[in-house]
Amino acid sequence: MEKKKPKNVFIQGAISPEFIGTSIAKHQTKTSIGAHNIFLGQVRADEIDGKVITAINYTAYDEMANQKFYEIRETTFAKFDLTCMHIYHSLGTVKAGEICLFVFVSSPRRKVVFEALEYVVEAIKADVPVFGKEIFEDQTHQWKQNS
Amino acid sequence: MQLTIRYFGMLAEATAITEEQLQTEACSVSQLLEKLKIQYPKLSGKDFKVAINQQLVAHNHIINTEAEVALLPPFAGG
Repeated sequence: MEKKKPKNVFIQGAISPEFIGTSIAKHQTKTSIGAHNIFLGQVRADEIDGKVITAINYTAYDEMANQKFYEIRETTFAKFDLTCMHIYHSLGTVKAGEICLFVFVSSPRRKVVFEALEYVVEAIKADVPVFGKEIFEDQTHQWKQNS
Repeated sequence: MQLTIRYFGMLAEATAITEEQLQTEACSVSQLLEKLKIQYPKLSGKDFKVAINQQLVAHNHIINTEAEVALLPPFAGG
């Protein structure tokens, strides 16, 4: 089982498909794994009052956020029989259509990863102090709030 | 005692600063917020949580030692 000290979950800018592909490839040596499950959060080009969101600019209370990510990680390992887990979140500007959150859980068996992934993603949305400024095409903005 | 106050997201926008030092007597979180809302009227009516040394606290929590107080607007991760 992979357990690590608090580490930096944040990546500057969007999370690239290549990064995600490489991350999957790195697990091919871990042959006790029988099931992976991946969540990718993507920035939506919502239209609000006739204006379209073109990007989100993410900021965070870094120290507390990394501590929360660590706690979520520890709780998830205690609750579910996972082989490993990876979480990456963007900071800075992520354009509509790009990936801002990458959660990757792996286990010997499939049922565990379905439950664990949902648990991790919901915990991130509720407990981690990350803030999002939604930028419209005319450069005005509003603040994102998780529902 | 000295407090470090940190502002994030829309609250940093409302105060136009991200961090400041504040000298104050021991007080509850609500008392501190009242003081800050007088200094920064744009904070009024905003929805936020308060963390002391990175732990979320209730508004009746008493601050009686040097600490980092963070004003956190609604979370928007993911």
